[in-house]
Amino acid sequence: MSADKKVVARYTTAARINHWITAASLILLALSGMALFHPSLFFLTHLFGGGQATRAIHPWIGVVLAISFLGLFFRFFTLNFWNRDDTIWMKNLGKVINDNEEGMPELGKYNAGQKLVFWGQSILILLLFCSGIVLWDVYFEDYTTIDQKRLSAVVHALCAIGAILIWIVHVYAAIWVKGTLRAMTRGSVTRGWSWKHHRKWFRQEVGKP
Amino acid sequence: MATLQSLDIRRRSASTEAPPQVRQGSLEVAKLIDVSKCIGCKACQSACLSWNDLVEPVGFFEGSYNNPPDLTPTSWTVMKFTEYEKGDDLEWLIRKDGCMHCDDPGCLKACPAPGAIVQYANGIVDFVSENCIGCGYCVKGCPFNVPRISKTDRKAYKCTLCVDRVAVGQAPACAKACPTQAIYFGSKEDMLDHADKRIIDLKSRGYEKAGLYDPPGVGGTHVMYVLHHADKPSLYAGLPDDPRISPLVGLWKGVLKPLSLAAIAFAGVFGFLHYVTKGPNEVSESDERKGDDLAGGKGA
Repeated sequence: MSADKKVVARYTTAARINHWITAASLILLALSGMALFHPSLFFLTHLFGGGQATRAIHPWIGVVLAISFLGLFFRFFTLNFWNRDDTIWMKNLGKVINDNEEGMPELGKYNAGQKLVFWGQSILILLLFCSGIVLWDVYFEDYTTIDQKRLSAVVHALCAIGAILIWIVHVYAAIWVKGTLRAMTRGSVTRGWSWKHHRKWFRQEVGKP
Repeated sequence: MATLQSLDIRRRSASTEAPPQVRQGSLEVAKLIDVSKCIGCKACQSACLSWNDLVEPVGFFEGSYNNPPDLTPTSWTVMKFTEYEKGDDLEWLIRKDGCMHCDDPGCLKACPAPGAIVQYANGIVDFVSENCIGCGYCVKGCPFNVPRISKTDRKAYKCTLCVDRVAVGQAPACAKACPTQAIYFGSKEDMLDHADKRIIDLKSRGYEKAGLYDPPGVGGTHVMYVLHHADKPSLYAGLPDDPRISPLVGLWKGVLKPLSLAAIAFAGVFGFLHYVTKGPNEVSESDERKGDDLAGGKGA
């Protein structure tokens, strides 16, 4: 925390770079994956140099995402364990989306929604990676049966849709809750933001629990 | 194969455009393979390689007459030999394996590349190589395990039913080469008639279960077999007893597609409406003050 700026440090430079590599690869994967998933979106293959190139590049971007997300996972998983306050927060989700947080428990670095995003993406990306390997014929065609490949195709599509939906929630939350985006662009948030959204974490950061 | 104007296309992979429908009365063709007349000479295999300019690399002996052991990107048809022991009797069942040209083709249903797989009005299912992206979805869609992806160009290959010959009124190369006329080619109607005669003949010779293989689970096929044991197709080197497109492929290529796009669109619209109706979630001045108070002397 810088002494002359009234901000609270939230993410290190390394964590931000790690996040944005993950973000970029997830967006590229969604675009190339959707192109091969729905005929109406096949035109998106032009962004990647055509159908064959899209088919060839998509799994490699997946490898980048898997490694990058693993970095995020080990950075943040200890901060995402579920506690009693999270259950209370979830029960009051209706109040939360109406921007009425009166009487809500003070929150640590992450609220229950953020934790669900974290665990949701962790599970889905693991499943996407495993099913993706089965579908990566160039290297792994001979290791699985056709029935296993069929199942993987369905699992891969379902998990991808799940991950895209979670991504929409994640991005929308960052747009809706003003002052959030700077945490990932500049690494810091304002004191007012910290007080309002993550007071328990704020207290720890300023050494006044 | 390239598409030919003289052949109307009935279905085209990953496309929603309506097919041409003005020309009427297009004949549905079929190949009828009479397994009981096959002597396993492999002339059909040679003719297929020759006509389609294919070279199968020299392989390895794997303990059976199958050569190569299975379909490959260059061998679009392979004789499959089965020794069927029935009591003291040994029957040598020889089936010419290859694409069945399903009326409801799973490969075409699964293909994500527009126009990479087409079904002509005459029933022939063909891979249009220049549109193929090598994803291998056709392999997952096929109930007969027929398409093969080439390691050379990552494109899918299979029997074309010699669509280029059929388009100019010729029979497929395999049918032309068969020395015992175990392979017939003509309109599907004529082939069904001919199969009936063959089945009556086989039954009169003691093959009571002789019958036609034209599986309804895939809407019938444009390559059909006369089998002496039609009650047990799987005897013939694992020919599926009741082939149908896997329900997993049906799910993946059916409801999942529109449902997924709808879910994503819903999430986007919900977010937009939420923002428009509720406005942004902003930090109030009182929050800022309380934040400053908590931080106290630090940096204030």
